[in-house]
Amino acid sequence: MLGVRAALARNRMPALAGAAIVLVGLSIALIFFYAPTDADQGISQRIFYFHVPIALTAYACFGWGAWKALRHLWKGDPNADLESYVAIHQGIIFGSLTLLTGSIWAKISWGVWWDWGDNQLVLFLILFLFYSAYFMLRYSVDPGPQRANMSAVYALFGVVLIPVSFLAIRLAESLIHPTVFTSQGPQMEDSQFFTFCVAWVAMLTLFATLYQVELAGKRLDARLRELRELVGVGR
Amino acid sequence: MISARNLSMRFGDRRVFDRVDVELALGDFLVVTGPNGAGKTTLLRMLAGLVAPTGGELELPDRSVVGYLGHEPLVYRELTPLENLHLFGRLYRVPDRGERIGMLLERFDLWEVRSERVGTFSRGMQQRLALARVLLHEPQLLVLDEPFNALDAAGSALLDATLEELRDRAVVVATHDPGRVAHLATRRLAFA
Amino acid sequence: MTYVADVAALARKDLLLELRAKETLPAMLLFVLSALTIMHFAVPTGGENVPGLGAEAQAAIREREEIASLGLLWVALVFTALLGLTRAFVPEREQRVMDALVLAPSDRSAIWLAKAIAVFAFLGAVELVALPAFSLFFEPVDAMTVAAILLANVGICTVGTLTGAMAVAGRARELILPLLFLPLVIPVVVGGIGASVGGSPRYLLFLVLYDALFGLLAWASFDYVVAER
Repeated sequence: MLGVRAALARNRMPALAGAAIVLVGLSIALIFFYAPTDADQGISQRIFYFHVPIALTAYACFGWGAWKALRHLWKGDPNADLESYVAIHQGIIFGSLTLLTGSIWAKISWGVWWDWGDNQLVLFLILFLFYSAYFMLRYSVDPGPQRANMSAVYALFGVVLIPVSFLAIRLAESLIHPTVFTSQGPQMEDSQFFTFCVAWVAMLTLFATLYQVELAGKRLDARLRELRELVGVGR
Repeated sequence: MISARNLSMRFGDRRVFDRVDVELALGDFLVVTGPNGAGKTTLLRMLAGLVAPTGGELELPDRSVVGYLGHEPLVYRELTPLENLHLFGRLYRVPDRGERIGMLLERFDLWEVRSERVGTFSRGMQQRLALARVLLHEPQLLVLDEPFNALDAAGSALLDATLEELRDRAVVVATHDPGRVAHLATRRLAFA
Repeated sequence: MTYVADVAALARKDLLLELRAKETLPAMLLFVLSALTIMHFAVPTGGENVPGLGAEAQAAIREREEIASLGLLWVALVFTALLGLTRAFVPEREQRVMDALVLAPSDRSAIWLAKAIAVFAFLGAVELVALPAFSLFFEPVDAMTVAAILLANVGICTVGTLTGAMAVAGRARELILPLLFLPLVIPVVVGGIGASVGGSPRYLLFLVLYDALFGLLAWASFDYVVAER
């Protein structure tokens, strides 16, 4: 019990979890009570404050996963494989939420549940497919150095795929609608920007918390397995 | 050549072996025995440098001096012995490839069938070709997993003679039939 | 240069194996022709022959149908490539010959490059048949499309060979390969169809970018994918 608590303390988890709860609560409050109502879309536009921070956090997850993958391949960091896996797992979760919130927003904005014109949404679809295959790959190979290596390589491919796919989507769009697209999004007022930033930080903190929780859980699993074996061998 | 301490190997939840020590220098002949599934093949793959142990320290020489014979012959069935050996000769940087290949095919009694597809061979003939492949680049460290597999009397005699000649190198042999190589063994490792 | 000689020896081996086994290439050929046939039924043409349509409307409909057919051509090529890639590492896997290749002093990326070259050759051979067939069944293929196909082949083969090696290392290999490969190949399809339809060299440039980026990445990472240490 003592070792577990020490492990938790080492991970700064309670502090992180506390911060996440506070920030998420604060951002919800801001989103619903502080940010001004959008002139066109009304209250349902507020999904934007969830959707974009979640999307950005998903990118952060995949980026972090790729960083850990690089550390695994380059420095041989023994923890990096698990950390990379957990980060990408979180990325898939946030990615799915992005698709969900994006779909809701599309329904609000355009009246359809899916909008091929939303570049971000299409990109996330591609990434969702790609990173889902990451898990299929991991499940199909026995744990070991080869699985860790392959996962790391695949994670790096993913992070290169992000900009390449985005470029591809832009190119594909100009094939159908030959116009030049500037960066989307309305001009934000100060209050909107503030709410957005708080929501974004909240999502990142949430990711950090979930990341640490899952990581600690997986490490405890591994430790438990090791202990079980030692006991078994002794018998 | 090889220096290994406290090696352990685990596949997921299954521990294959642990607390294995191996010391091997030139002139050593290590015989590894044990029933099927005990972990001999895994250990040999580890000593050949194909697999990393999950625990322990392992010092191996550069892979260019290693010759590995696995459970399977490790040759292409659709190619001929000549084509197989030329390919591996190229990859293993064997000098005077043609000569060496010819000599080995003669030694292992495969010269007559040198231009026939390996797929048409008996398992014993494939094993002989595999042995030729292992010796092609004159490795200093030989890791042989059940080399006597599928060999008939003539083939086994060839292998016996070959092993005698390899006494000045470092050899690891896993076998069901320790009696056969007992006179060569300088070290032994028994898997339970 | 020894590296080039290694790649040549390995590529020669791959081509020789296929020449003798005669499994993959005929299957790919038959597959692409079947796919093109199915495409004909899947995307019915002749819509412009509805009576009462003006010349402009007819031309517009015909153009849409051409675009649709070209799109299906790209789909057919991607899946034909997938068929070939699934078989790419079979000889090595069947008798664990990979162990012998991996232990050789030669650079392991040579294995990947040789395989990619071989698959490129097979794909090219199949396209030599598929493109005339497509021109026969649907409409002629222009130079832009051919250029795009060649560039796309490079991307498909480099990325496909790498993911093929990954898939082969685990269970359910034939199932895993499409999952790994298809998301990665989406940009290639975009570049390809863009060049075929729009004709802007921008799409060819994009394909070159894809080939360079992912080719380099695959070349550098093959060693890690194939080693168990």
